[in-house]
Amino acid sequence: MKNLNSVFAAYLIGWGVFFLFYISIAKRTNDLRAEVERLKNSLPRGK
Amino acid sequence: MGKRVILGAVAILLVIAAAYASFYVAPEERTMGVLQRIFYFHVASAWAGMDAFLLCFIANLLYVWKRGQKYDWLGVSSAEVGLVLTTVVLITGPIWAKPAWGIYWTWDARLTSTFVLWLLYVSYLLLRTLIEEPERRALLSALFGIFAFIDVPLVFFSIRWWRTQHPAPVIMGGPGSGLDPTMNKVFLFSVLAMHVLAAFLIVERYMLEKMRSEVDILRREAEAQ
Repeated sequence: MKNLNSVFAAYLIGWGVFFLFYISIAKRTNDLRAEVERLKNSLPRGK
Repeated sequence: MGKRVILGAVAILLVIAAAYASFYVAPEERTMGVLQRIFYFHVASAWAGMDAFLLCFIANLLYVWKRGQKYDWLGVSSAEVGLVLTTVVLITGPIWAKPAWGIYWTWDARLTSTFVLWLLYVSYLLLRTLIEEPERRALLSALFGIFAFIDVPLVFFSIRWWRTQHPAPVIMGGPGSGLDPTMNKVFLFSVLAMHVLAAFLIVERYMLEKMRSEVDILRREAEAQ
């Protein structure tokens, strides 16, 4: 099984990049959600 | 939310199934052996990346034509996902190249045009961070996105027009090209899996951009108080 390490490295790094990208979207979404709440609370009621 | 969760679950299941098929269903290639199994991940990512850039191009054209905010959101979302997929291509390629060619990188037509493509879409995203005013940002980045897309057909045809280090195409490569039928099925399944994953990531990124626009409106309202 020559070069099996390279194959595993390619798949694991590739999946890792996708996972990190998804985590970055989730984090940015949570930050914005908190910002929306903060801004809604800072505006007068009825807005 | 429910549909997005289902799409995410389907994408994960398909990517896992594609990896299983790449290792256990596809036969071993005669010349490269197990190393050739990177092909199913590497090329599927490249195709999904180019299709994400095509979607970005269409959204950019629609923005210039109709000036709808949703086209700007779709443009930036598909550009970012295309960039992530191209990053995976630029990482998995050298991992494959080192044992196959003895080098990680060479400035051949396919590798160079892909690297230029990556730089163009990094510039597209950087450009967006430099312009404050939303409509001006959307228009200028749409125009830049239309220009950046010129490199996508160059990447696709580079291995057909110039015979350098990168192998000739095995799919749609004309007479003499082609894959073993089982390899072809596994490859097409991998392409499908990567497209569903890309669609899921574009939808998630689009919702983020939509929320960002909502924050901008609220900020302006808060500043006007």
